[in-house]
Amino acid sequence: MESNRRAFLKIAGITAAGITVAPVLTRFTASAEDTARKGGAPSSSGKTMRGSEALAARHWGMVIDTRQFTSAADLEPIIEACHKVHNVPAFETDLETPFFSADKNRHEIKWIWEDEFKHVFPDAENKYLAQRLAELPFLALCNHCENPPCVRACPTRATFQREDGIVMMDFHRCIGCRFCMAACPYGSRSFNFRDPREGLKETNIAFPTRMKGVVEKCNFCAERLAKGQLPACVEASNGAILFGDLDDPASEVRRALEENFTIRRKPSLGTEPSVYYIV
Amino acid sequence: MKNKGLIITGLIVFFVIATIPFWYNVFSGTKAKTPELVYTDKAKAAKVCVESTDYMKTEHMQLLDLWRDAVVRKAERTYVNSSGKTFDMSLTNTCLDCHANKAEFCDRCHDYSSVRPYCWDCHNTKENN
Repeated sequence: MESNRRAFLKIAGITAAGITVAPVLTRFTASAEDTARKGGAPSSSGKTMRGSEALAARHWGMVIDTRQFTSAADLEPIIEACHKVHNVPAFETDLETPFFSADKNRHEIKWIWEDEFKHVFPDAENKYLAQRLAELPFLALCNHCENPPCVRACPTRATFQREDGIVMMDFHRCIGCRFCMAACPYGSRSFNFRDPREGLKETNIAFPTRMKGVVEKCNFCAERLAKGQLPACVEASNGAILFGDLDDPASEVRRALEENFTIRRKPSLGTEPSVYYIV
Repeated sequence: MKNKGLIITGLIVFFVIATIPFWYNVFSGTKAKTPELVYTDKAKAAKVCVESTDYMKTEHMQLLDLWRDAVVRKAERTYVNSSGKTFDMSLTNTCLDCHANKAEFCDRCHDYSSVRPYCWDCHNTKENN
């Protein structure tokens, strides 16, 4: 290349710019280089597994002995125990329509609740029902069906059936479409129209709350079973609610089912509920 | 090229003005501010987190994602780390047990890097009670 004044000045100028810009760029990209030097992210060789104390079953089921209940006061501590441990909110008044008491329960969240015989067992309803049954409040909760319609309806698989029969909600995946609520024939599912934390007097820190916009329901205390504890309602029932493996003929629930006449909610629908009632 | 002097001077002036923040930092010697994390006494005593600190710094979100799927969908709640130690996989009960100071630990980095994880919409912190 012919060397002249013009070419020399050009090269000199570019070199000078390069020398001064280089330190700026190094500083600017320092953080990216740091990571590169470590050779990318170290990988984890950790494993996940079930806890050794976890209770296991092939098909979790529940038997509710309604003969041991006489009034709503008997059911209250059971409902209370569940709602407390799972941070289920209670909205006493409706913010939008505070003067209409009929709307009080519009935003109600239900995991376990009480209702009349004719509502809980519409199939078994009679014109002349035994007085005891007509007046007795019944406990209702998610039936953890063998053929859960909510699971089929869920478009994101946020609701799914575990191997042990528990129908679970994965709140991380719930988009709040409420198809499951339409699909559930038992009204076991509630939608969080409001931030549930507004309706909590005290929070059980160990269990997460939900957020506005997800559906929730009873989880058969999956988090307690994992720690070797029975569900909160079973513990609070003084033996009126039995819990165990329906696939194990020697289990407490199966013995109770053999010895007593039991009914299930809306059996004609073919959902095969896992919650049985001794009446 | 007409007005050569004017154009080149203009370009130089533009270049200098556009890169002034970099020049300023180079010559004043200031470094970019990095968030300062506060470790609780419990975290200090434990010395090492569930995995190595480098791993936790860069990959804690992947680890939490693994934990979430294992706990909710596979009913597996125990994590065995690479050195064989076991942990209960729980954001509130395990992570926040040591790092109880969410505002001085989690939030500082998250604010700095402008990420807004919505874990806390549901998962409890000591502060929201």
